[in-house]
Amino acid sequence: MREKILDMLYGNSKISADDMAVMLGCSKQEIEDEIAAMEKEGIICGYTTMINWDKTESERVSAFIEVKVAPQRGLGFDKIAERIYKFDEVESVSLMSGGFDLGVTIEGRTIKEVAIFVHEKLAPLESVISTSTHFVLKKYKEHGVTLVSGPKKAERMMITP
Amino acid sequence: MREPLSKMIKTIPPSGIRKFFDIVSEMEDAISLGVGEPDFDTPWHIREEGIYSLERGRTFYTSNAGLKELKEEICRYLKRSQGISYPAEDILVTVGGSEAIDIALRAMLDPGDEVLIPQPSYVSYEPCTLLANGKPVIIQLKEENDFRLTKQEVLDAVTEKTKILVLPFPNNPTGAIMEKKDLEEIAEVVIEKDLFVISDEIYSELTYSGKHVSIASLPGMQERTVLINGFSKAYAMTGWRLGYAAAPRAIIEQMIKIHQFAIMCAPTTSQYAALEALRKGDDDVKRMKESYDKRRRFLLNELKRIGFDCFTPYGAFYAFPSIKKFNMTSDEFAERLLKEQKVAVVPGTAFGACGEGFLRISYAYSIDDLRVALGRIEEFIKSL
Repeated sequence: MREKILDMLYGNSKISADDMAVMLGCSKQEIEDEIAAMEKEGIICGYTTMINWDKTESERVSAFIEVKVAPQRGLGFDKIAERIYKFDEVESVSLMSGGFDLGVTIEGRTIKEVAIFVHEKLAPLESVISTSTHFVLKKYKEHGVTLVSGPKKAERMMITP
Repeated sequence: MREPLSKMIKTIPPSGIRKFFDIVSEMEDAISLGVGEPDFDTPWHIREEGIYSLERGRTFYTSNAGLKELKEEICRYLKRSQGISYPAEDILVTVGGSEAIDIALRAMLDPGDEVLIPQPSYVSYEPCTLLANGKPVIIQLKEENDFRLTKQEVLDAVTEKTKILVLPFPNNPTGAIMEKKDLEEIAEVVIEKDLFVISDEIYSELTYSGKHVSIASLPGMQERTVLINGFSKAYAMTGWRLGYAAAPRAIIEQMIKIHQFAIMCAPTTSQYAALEALRKGDDDVKRMKESYDKRRRFLLNELKRIGFDCFTPYGAFYAFPSIKKFNMTSDEFAERLLKEQKVAVVPGTAFGACGEGFLRISYAYSIDDLRVALGRIEEFIKSL
């Protein structure tokens, strides 16, 4: 049941408990209880809105930064990851397999702002060995949703047997 | 000039859907719940495989009965989904399930042979029977039986001339299904009366209570059944026009004969795409089915809230609510709903006379679309 609720919320965080109850064939109370429990357990961490910023006036740049770090004895990567994710500019931080250690995504207003963050805050951190910054030029798809195409036209005939 | 047309074709009325389609297409901003095909695009990996087959230059005929790999994959599918073993030689790949219906009837009927056709059901069984010189005998399915076919109904309709029983479940337009126990009773009569079954299982994957059972899986029935299925509904591949028949060798061989003269072979691109669908499409089917199931519950709940009586459909993607309490015929109701609220649904009579008093409402639409359309239907009901 939890997975089904999560699937529906992932697709549409605005969906009502009433609708979910009808669609999953259970009571509204059951849905509300599960959601409350999952919020409490930290499974559901928030409800957000998907925005295609490219279509707004707002100027934004985002960058993906490969960070190589020296892990600390006893703490591994967690300590340095924490020092990085506490910055407000940082959108996400993940520990990666492969050629670098931490994948960091940054959102800023200008390229300069991101660049300043990298060379003033991120690169000088003690355990950071190197950084490599990739700016996002265009977003095609995010959160499973294609951003570049317009609303889909109904192609089907109106009435078919 | 002499009459160019055959007497037969002139006796066959155009599809009841056609008339309504013409009215709808003249309306500009109508919204429709009248579509009989999935709203999903064919999953990308399946489309991509079709594109790749074109890139590789696979643009030639295949053998008449279809690609060998595809027939083998269909056998594996029928084994894992229905538990029926067919050799690849007993499979014919067709241009949609509808071709399979037509040529099965043509391969099996002599003039005057009777074909039992339960209605409401898909629009082609009756005309195809007539075109094959058979005699359609309609069995009117009843709402009080949840639109299932009963043994008694078959017994009441069967005569010495009866040769074929058409079994259209999961059913378009009612959404009714036949469970194993229902099929066992039918199989008894079929064997006792020495009949054959054309089992149209095109909606088999869209069954929302338990798993679809094919009558061909029952003891003694494989040798009497032409099992028809396809890719349109399960994999959202209507435009690819690909279906198949699985039947005893003697029947399939003659069906292949008609198919090779009329069609040559099913589209090659579609066959390669279908191969991918059967090999790697199970998750897509599951995802789409879960989505239909949510919409089914949503639609049914809304219809009841608005004030319709509607039996619970467990298959396909249709609800078949009754409109008897509104004192209108299906045609009147559908036409007024279209003119007054610009919502298109299909009158039940398009699927046989016994569809009078019902509407077919498709839920192959997003929840948002359904919500808007149902809002308008509610307005219409309030205005009566």
